[in-house]
Amino acid sequence: MDAPGKKKLKVATTSLAGCFGCHMSFLDIDERLFTLLDYIEFDRSPLTDIKEVSPDCDLGIIEGGLCNAENVHVLREFRKNCKVLVAIGACAVNGGLPAQRNHLPLSTILEEVYHTSPGLANGLIPNDPELPLPLNKVHPIHEVVKIDYFLPGCPPSGDAIWKFLTDLLAGREPELGHGLMHYD
Amino acid sequence: MTQTFTLDGKAIPFADGQTIIQAALAAGVFIPHLCYHPEFKPHGSCKLCTVKVNGRQTASCTMRAAAGMQVESNTEEINAERRALTQMLFVEGNHFCPSCEKSGDCQLQATAYHLGMMSPHFDHFFPNRPVDASHPELLLDFNRCILCSLCVRASRDVDGKNVFALSGRGIKTHLIVNAKSGRLADTDIALGDKAVQVCPVGVILRKRTGFAVPIGERTYDKAPIAETVAQEGT
Repeated sequence: MDAPGKKKLKVATTSLAGCFGCHMSFLDIDERLFTLLDYIEFDRSPLTDIKEVSPDCDLGIIEGGLCNAENVHVLREFRKNCKVLVAIGACAVNGGLPAQRNHLPLSTILEEVYHTSPGLANGLIPNDPELPLPLNKVHPIHEVVKIDYFLPGCPPSGDAIWKFLTDLLAGREPELGHGLMHYD
Repeated sequence: MTQTFTLDGKAIPFADGQTIIQAALAAGVFIPHLCYHPEFKPHGSCKLCTVKVNGRQTASCTMRAAAGMQVESNTEEINAERRALTQMLFVEGNHFCPSCEKSGDCQLQATAYHLGMMSPHFDHFFPNRPVDASHPELLLDFNRCILCSLCVRASRDVDGKNVFALSGRGIKTHLIVNAKSGRLADTDIALGDKAVQVCPVGVILRKRTGFAVPIGERTYDKAPIAETVAQEGT
């Protein structure tokens, strides 16, 4: 990478219908985080607990697919406020594990989870207005907004994330190559 | 004198009757493919092995080599088309690599890596394809079927059993099991059958052996598919 410029790039991250595994993997770049912080500053992210995306974000990193209305809202906020949007991990790329509910009707799933499963006798399907409504199907994020880059993996390794980010920060087209390119 | 054709600027020798892909692989040059297998008659359906012969596109698994042919394979244009075909295969089925025990040994996955497929690009179909776990030794997970027909050809031509067939047409084409019940348990398939060995993806799986080789130590973890196949000549 070139020497740090005056202005640091503003990076926002979020986990939608994901497990935070990709964020954990991001932390697996370990002490390289310090090098990274010479070039970037974090905006909205689970790492900062900032709740809204600043309107001048350079990079948005999205983990997880879309399983409810709030996921769609957050994704659109990121798209609106980030110059470059990256889908990180299998769930953001193709729906991943949550999308494996897609061949079942949503009503059947809710019935089974809250009514007929053992241990939940007479349970009620939660309908608090605070809770975002689930979508009929789980969708990968590129089906809703334009995504500029994809970083597959479940999760992508710390090394893959580092290679991807350093390529991007250096103005190169990110290229993972054998060993870092994984869908699993 | 040996006959040759030109593949991406390189002279490839061939014998009479050899197809382009046979001659290329024998010369250690990889052409991406999924439904082609050296031990079976070509099917010509996946189109991953498409090349340009004298400027026109054709499947290299069905086209016989001829002296002086000018063949283009590893070009940006053709690889972009191969990548689009691979993306279509991914969205038509349910290919969830993290939960597939074939991951790392899967030709579809390894081919997608080779082609630099970073996303599925298209909208997913998320089809409903129930698995067949009826057989005591084998699992059929139709979610991952790419209709290469290798199991159909192996069962018919090598095992002499006709356990599998492709049924339906167009987008409705699907793999079926030749039994009145439609269940694998009601066929005479056996573990030693060729049909059990040839699946390039994770449809036909031996039960209780899925993770005998751990993730990270599998075929395409060690080397990319282009090197693996070029070394083996398959």
